Amino acid sequence: MTYRQASYDEPLLFELESMDAVGKGGSSPAHVPERLRRQSLNLPDLPESTVMRHFVRLSQMNFSVDSGFYPLGSCTMKYNPKVNERLSRDRRATCIHPMQDVSTVQGSLQIMYELEQMLCKIGGVDAVSLQPAAGAQGEFTGLHIVRAYHESIGERRREVIVPDTAHGTNPASAAMVGYDVIEMPSKDGLVDCDALRSIVGKNTAALMLTNPNTLGMFEKDVLCIADIVHKCGALLYYDGANLNAIMGRTNPGRMNFDIVHFNLHKTFSTPHGGGGPGAGPIGVKKELEPFLPVPRIVKDGGGYRFSYDHPKSIGKVRAYYGNFGVLLRAYVYIRMNGGDGLRDISTRAVANSDYLMRRLEKKLDLPFGGRRMHEFVLSGSKLKEKGVRTLDFAKRLLDHGVHAPTIYFPQIVDEAIMIEPTETESLSTLDEFASAVESIMSEPAEVIRTAPHNTAVKRVDEVKAARDLIFSYRALVDHDRLERQRNSTS
Amino acid sequence: MLAPKMLKSLGISSEDELFEDIPENARIGGIDLPPGIGESEMVEEIDAILSKNRTAEDMPAFLGGGSYRHFSPAVVGEILSRSEFYTSYTPYQPEASQGMLQALFEFQSFMSELTGMDAVNSGMYDWSTALGEAGLMCGRMKHGSKFLLARSVSPERKAVLRTYLKGMDAVIQEVAFDQATGRLDIGDLRGKLSDDVFGVYLENPNYFGVLEEEVDDISAAIGETPFVVGADPLSLAVVRPPSDYGADIVIGEGHHLGNSPNFGGPLIGIFGCRREHIRKMPGRIIGATLDAAGRRAFCMTLQTREQHIRRGKATSNICTNEALMAVAACAYLASVGRSGLMTLAGSNMEQARRLSEMIGKAGGYRSPIFNASHFNEFVIGCPLPVDRLAKSLLERNIQGGISLKQDFKELGEAMLLAVSEMNSEDDIRALVEAMGAIR
Repeated sequence: MTYRQASYDEPLLFELESMDAVGKGGSSPAHVPERLRRQSLNLPDLPESTVMRHFVRLSQMNFSVDSGFYPLGSCTMKYNPKVNERLSRDRRATCIHPMQDVSTVQGSLQIMYELEQMLCKIGGVDAVSLQPAAGAQGEFTGLHIVRAYHESIGERRREVIVPDTAHGTNPASAAMVGYDVIEMPSKDGLVDCDALRSIVGKNTAALMLTNPNTLGMFEKDVLCIADIVHKCGALLYYDGANLNAIMGRTNPGRMNFDIVHFNLHKTFSTPHGGGGPGAGPIGVKKELEPFLPVPRIVKDGGGYRFSYDHPKSIGKVRAYYGNFGVLLRAYVYIRMNGGDGLRDISTRAVANSDYLMRRLEKKLDLPFGGRRMHEFVLSGSKLKEKGVRTLDFAKRLLDHGVHAPTIYFPQIVDEAIMIEPTETESLSTLDEFASAVESIMSEPAEVIRTAPHNTAVKRVDEVKAARDLIFSYRALVDHDRLERQRNSTS
Repeated sequence: MLAPKMLKSLGISSEDELFEDIPENARIGGIDLPPGIGESEMVEEIDAILSKNRTAEDMPAFLGGGSYRHFSPAVVGEILSRSEFYTSYTPYQPEASQGMLQALFEFQSFMSELTGMDAVNSGMYDWSTALGEAGLMCGRMKHGSKFLLARSVSPERKAVLRTYLKGMDAVIQEVAFDQATGRLDIGDLRGKLSDDVFGVYLENPNYFGVLEEEVDDISAAIGETPFVVGADPLSLAVVRPPSDYGADIVIGEGHHLGNSPNFGGPLIGIFGCRREHIRKMPGRIIGATLDAAGRRAFCMTLQTREQHIRRGKATSNICTNEALMAVAACAYLASVGRSGLMTLAGSNMEQARRLSEMIGKAGGYRSPIFNASHFNEFVIGCPLPVDRLAKSLLERNIQGGISLKQDFKELGEAMLLAVSEMNSEDDIRALVEAMGAIR
């Protein structure tokens, strides 16, 4: 075991000493009306060298895909080609104001227009809007489309059905759009058509499904599911988080989904930025196209322009047109791989997952039978025998210089460990990960329970964080003062 | 194609077996897209496509309205290009992700100082969705069916708020602005307030760049009703923080702190609130705590509000956010510092005042249209159709401001112009001369 993450007692920027040379000046303009003028501003004034070192140290205390294996299930943490970064930082891409005259942004619009076309082909849909900022916002947009569609035929349906294996964003998005959420129990990890038949009805607006599901299992009855949903007048929504498993093998349109969102920051390789930005374009079948957000991008007479004249549109879900920087990266990725390349990506993603699963299922339980696709979920229940929980196990993996898998999700698996290796990992990386798991299994419980040992900090007290509620430097100062007072009086 | 060795270790003879669970009548033979291309070819092609754009560097540009162009010191770009930051995921494992967590905590700290809010989350998608979420949050704070919105708010943000509030079937009512000053019409506000109002939204400076001076009177009129204020964080270097005048929630946009306009995305929404409302707040929050050895550490906290725990009962569906933009804002604020930020806010404000005066003297323009203090943008009334003015400016290689004709018909032929340190003296002179010449 050779991994050691950098560990600094790096102060907050606010705690770093200001250098006198930088000065404390700053002219407050006389033109702010007296009654609106700010009296004090407590921000640091630091020399550039201090700032750079601060952030370099922080970066060294941050695990990333470029540092090592990141098998975070459902998040598709594949390696992000560097050409994406180079191209997306071009000033001709970044230094463009969204309200510029349309004649000055023809290049950006071409990229967006062509990306829409390519996503139509990949998703088997007829029209795409690039506006949503992330997958969850794609869901939000899609469900507004569902709502608008039903209202357009004089219906106000109240319920959205999600399987119990669904991503948390699915029910949360449904609730935000004003729907009641019906959670449907799965059977052997899959949607049970009989159970579905018993809960759909005139009040069902949509069923949200990700396929393969969050257990990595393909919903084999998807065509039957689509049939049941459509027969009662509801729509079928595809959560695109797991698209990396099926490109070129099937697509949501072919599976009879009506609406789909794409997570460009997952399948299409744009980096996750520590939590974002992402992009969650939404695709629909022909009859739902009038409801897409405005503006749409249209091409006529050789030029591109925005079109707002869509009276049935749900309106806007965010300012402007989408996360262009992310869209450009996805465009480059799709163009460079081509249709066959994307199919090959899914093949390798599934093969890598299958390979790793075969090694690990000998050590930890794999609930439910059958095949898995791009990811699989193990149960850490066996660990309990030695007095260790999945959480401890995950923390111990960090000591091996890999990121931990997603844990405790999906909730239907006890002590879930959700692993998605992606296609960009070599067999030797997968083997090393499997060896790390094996070696942890044979370690004394105490070592695992107190992990991690080799990261920047030891086990973080999350309970204390939720109790103390310190969200800023100022609150930290106040809290420390109170602690000191308490200690001096006791 | 999988290597034979891989097929063998998976115990399959063909890779198709990996996909055998897909029902036959749902299968496809491939994707109808052209073959992939090499990196050098791609670089050339993108270069050709992007050369069809004209950037704000290629022509003097005076666009604002929520997206602004400011100088970003090189150090910010260097920090952002650390792939330890940009290729990491949401910091679900805090022990391995202290760098991102501390940077986000520092972002929250900067925004807390600027806005005066006790808790600022680590970011929303943009200002407009922060407004949508603020509207929904007001609905959790107070019962009612009506949300009041200043008319002097950006049309982009209004449109997004409408979509967000559809989910709770709320009615949105606009509060007029004073035609002479561009400031909120307090009489109209008082007339529209009632028990049924669950929130009020005002921007300061507003969409017209006008500083709302009567915020104390406005706040008094609003009373206990949840009060949301939108502000450009740059303005808060010199303008009183909204906490000072009773805001419960403060929102804004932060992409111009260290980042670029990006053709409208990615951006980053700022979202903060008072302590008593924290549990009703959307988005990720980073908290300070200790590790097992008693050292300071950071982690995501109050996750029980969030979708991955609370599912259908979460305060929001937001998952992926704009974390890297928050790092950019943090790095920017650290590098320009207190003095740099105050100087910038002051000089941008002064530039706007000067430019509006110069245009006023160019002949025929009412500039500024409102008799008020402005921050970094202002509205002018034009002696010719505003669309013709914009077109003529463009023919002279100048990107003028935003036409208000469609969204604010009552202002007539009006244009919103923004200015910053990125506009040189030459740019400004070119604009004023052109405006004087165009008829």
